[in-house]
Amino acid sequence: MEFSGHLLSILVFFPAIGALALLFLRSEDEYWIRRLTFVVSVVEFIFSLSLLRVVAIDAPGYALTEYKAWISSPPINYHLGVDGISMFLVILTTFLTPICVLASWKGVHHRIKEFHVMLLLLEVGIIGVFLALDLFVFFLFWEVMLIPMAFLIGIWGHDRRIYAAVKFFIYTMAGSAFMLVGILWLYNLTGTLDLPAIQLTLQGVAFHLAPRTEMLLFLSFFVAFAIKVPLFPLHTWLPDAHVEAPTAGSIILAGVLLKMGTYGMIRFCLPLFPEASHRAAPYVAVLAIIGIIYGALVALVQPNLKKLVAYSSVSHLGFVVLGIFTFHTISMQGAVYQMLAHGISTGALFFLVGMLYDRRHTFEISEYGGLATPMPKYAAFFLFVALSSMGLPMLNGFVGEYLILLGTYQWHWGWASWAATGVILSACYLLWSYQRVFFGEVVHDKNRNLTDIDSREKWGLIVFAVITLWMGIGSPYITHRVAGPVDWVIEQTKSKYAEEASKPAVLPQPAPMASETHQDSQTRTVSR
Amino acid sequence: MTPKAADLIGILPEIIWCGFGVLLMLLQPFLKNRQGLTLFAMVGAAAGTLATYFGQSSSGFFGLVQFDMYSIFFHWLVGLVAFLVILAADSYLERENLAPAEFYALILFATAGMGVLASAQELLTAFIGLEMSSISSYVLAGYRRDSIKSSESAVKYFLLGSFATAFFLYGIALVYGASGSTNLMQIASTDSGSNLLRLGLTLILVGLGFKVAAAPFQVWTPDVYEGAPTPVTALFAAGPKAATFALLLRIFTTIHAATDFWFWAFWILAVVTMFVGNLGALVQTNVKRLLAYSSIAHAGYTLVAFAAVTTMKLDPATGAAPAYAAVLFYLLGYSLVKVGAFTIVSEIGGKGESYQTLDDFAGLGTRQPFAAAAMTLFLLSLLGMPITAGFFGKFYVFKAAINSKLIWLAVLMTINSAIGAYYYLRVIVVMYMHERKGDAPADAAISLSPTSAMVVVVAALATLYLGLLPNHVLGIVLSQNLISSAR
Repeated sequence: MEFSGHLLSILVFFPAIGALALLFLRSEDEYWIRRLTFVVSVVEFIFSLSLLRVVAIDAPGYALTEYKAWISSPPINYHLGVDGISMFLVILTTFLTPICVLASWKGVHHRIKEFHVMLLLLEVGIIGVFLALDLFVFFLFWEVMLIPMAFLIGIWGHDRRIYAAVKFFIYTMAGSAFMLVGILWLYNLTGTLDLPAIQLTLQGVAFHLAPRTEMLLFLSFFVAFAIKVPLFPLHTWLPDAHVEAPTAGSIILAGVLLKMGTYGMIRFCLPLFPEASHRAAPYVAVLAIIGIIYGALVALVQPNLKKLVAYSSVSHLGFVVLGIFTFHTISMQGAVYQMLAHGISTGALFFLVGMLYDRRHTFEISEYGGLATPMPKYAAFFLFVALSSMGLPMLNGFVGEYLILLGTYQWHWGWASWAATGVILSACYLLWSYQRVFFGEVVHDKNRNLTDIDSREKWGLIVFAVITLWMGIGSPYITHRVAGPVDWVIEQTKSKYAEEASKPAVLPQPAPMASETHQDSQTRTVSR
Repeated sequence: MTPKAADLIGILPEIIWCGFGVLLMLLQPFLKNRQGLTLFAMVGAAAGTLATYFGQSSSGFFGLVQFDMYSIFFHWLVGLVAFLVILAADSYLERENLAPAEFYALILFATAGMGVLASAQELLTAFIGLEMSSISSYVLAGYRRDSIKSSESAVKYFLLGSFATAFFLYGIALVYGASGSTNLMQIASTDSGSNLLRLGLTLILVGLGFKVAAAPFQVWTPDVYEGAPTPVTALFAAGPKAATFALLLRIFTTIHAATDFWFWAFWILAVVTMFVGNLGALVQTNVKRLLAYSSIAHAGYTLVAFAAVTTMKLDPATGAAPAYAAVLFYLLGYSLVKVGAFTIVSEIGGKGESYQTLDDFAGLGTRQPFAAAAMTLFLLSLLGMPITAGFFGKFYVFKAAINSKLIWLAVLMTINSAIGAYYYLRVIVVMYMHERKGDAPADAAISLSPTSAMVVVVAALATLYLGLLPNHVLGIVLSQNLISSAR
């Protein structure tokens, strides 16, 4: 494992090297541009799979950290690390990127080189976000990722693309500006930007964070994440961005970008501000439940197929947020699982909807009907994916939702029952739209001669289907690896909470991470 | 009372800049070659900048000027800006058929004035520096004589500028009346509580606020920036602004400014300036004007750090170093970015500066990928995106504000950054996502001229360097003797 010392850096920057290589191709070389990007993203995927060997089962803490001093004042360090949660999200990202290349094989016709450069740069930003352990580095990737995404929407999107791109950008930018205030405030309080070191300081016995300060800090982070998720009243950018984005953009946006928000909540909000999280939890949960039901209801009445899938994301991500803010190990495992499952199912749904758009150039459900006749294979795959998205047992969507509801029930049965209506509603909107699109007579003549899926699409879909099935059956493979870090996060939210209540001074458990770096950061904190 | 040799060596940069300016004017009848003159002027700008190497850290001319790391930093800044502006002006002067020698001479004179501003330790010396740079600027603004806009710009700048200078002078008079001295150190040693002194300093603040385009003294900025020849606009946005901020910072760190009065003065000035600049920029359709409003907004961001400075001494525990460093770093990054951005605007503008609206930038991403990419980088830097200079600039100002517990000011700055994102983004959107309406005009620029491309490359590399590896520059702006000498 000689290269594993820098595996994380390789993971982050390999796509950037690929993007650089693309710049040397002539823009007319469509053939090579697409193939090179595909190869780069597949190699990246294989790199990311090697993480599976590194992260041990049931082990909390970060494996494989990388640490390098970067900027002297304030002390900003290039600090990366991976644990069970981020590992799977990275793999999800690297998996969806080649799919995006496939999905845009026919849909993207102009400025092909720039498109693929943006796609690879986006991957750099996303993987960086998932691996960063320094708040500043995290923020940096979080911001940098915005630009390629906004370009993807704004250049290769549909009719109202520019409006959608600007809205997306400003929304996220506004949120992250608050996060920057929070990060700097936290730095002022703790004197470091290193996540494990901050963790250690905040839990120190001598350290006392006033409740109001903690709440404000929590909010400054939470708002940025909630916009990304998006949580109910902050979701209005999402339908626009999704509908206007090109297929590849939608896949990445729904598949991974939204998870950056929920990932941030697990990684930052809960462990750093446990009390504020507990105090905010009821409100957050209510917003999440509103999001679940509202998203589903809006999806139900959508005449636009892509918007329907977009609103279903609002609903599904509501489950994730609910699962996180119940502070229960089962529901949080479910939340992480749901993040992955949603990435796969919704990625596949957008892939499928994109294929339809490539053929007919419309998303209106009323333009279709009876598609099962000309496109039987397509219809079969669509049904499979729709079933997984609505949470059919044996498929991936079921596991996450089930675990979340199970965990939530133990905390508050009323919320669990409200949330459960979302499961029923998801069956309604998916099956109803499926019926309208695929069953019945072919009413529009244009639809009679639609070609069924070609081999490129078929293989993409088969991969999706296999993963969906495997995730539904082999879920312990994932949950075992996620359990360790999740338990650790839950532990963090408990420890000081309990400590405040009863016993005055228990030495807090040090944040687990690779020993060497750990000491490094510890000594730095002390010396300050 | 003859000056010592050390004093003369201290002002060697100014002597060289002025000397080369005079030489340029003398050479003009003999040297017909424009490129030769450009090269000569660039050598002058560079030589003056490098001459700071010989200066020793001391005060010279009986305390009138101060040679220290602080002044050296600003000498480098204005020298670099002058160097780049001269290089960028080369193709502009050719296109507009303007005489090069006087143009370069005026730039060098203005730069010398800025150098004096950066090292002045006494108010009348500062006044001389201010006038040197201002009078050259008035002429430069109207350098395109056959253009009505340029003449308007010059007259406006001259009238309002003289008015502001009068404020500055009257302020000096009142300060002298209150403290019996115009030397900053001696002013600092007298009682700072008197209303007369406060009034005098307020008038000085008004005068300098005019020069840095702080609201409500900013009204001239858009018109002057728009009308002036674009390379001159680049100079205005970068050099004089940075030098005036240097003087402002020196004044308000030397005297006892850590009072509620100055705190609120800077607080209000910063907030009003940020909002005026950003809200004004929202509705602009001319890119040059848009950048003018953006430079007002950026003056506001810099003033946020000033508000932080005035709280520092109230609370010695927080330490003033980060706030000074924030101002210096911010100005450096901002100046280079503005020079780069205006150079591109100048080149896209074509002959007679006729293509400067947003529509003229439409489709630039396909027509001129290099110019569009560089412009995007500069705009993102102005916006404050990570891995650019602008981000760290804003970051340090932000940090200074939060250090001083100015949470509300930081929040207002945040809101302004978000507003700013909209109009910077709009330019990027237009460049990459809109197609140009109709055919390209015959006289529109096809690509950047080599000299301008060089300027753009230097500015872009500097933007990335400051954004990725700021350690070195940070080391300079945070160094101990810089701070102590600025005090």
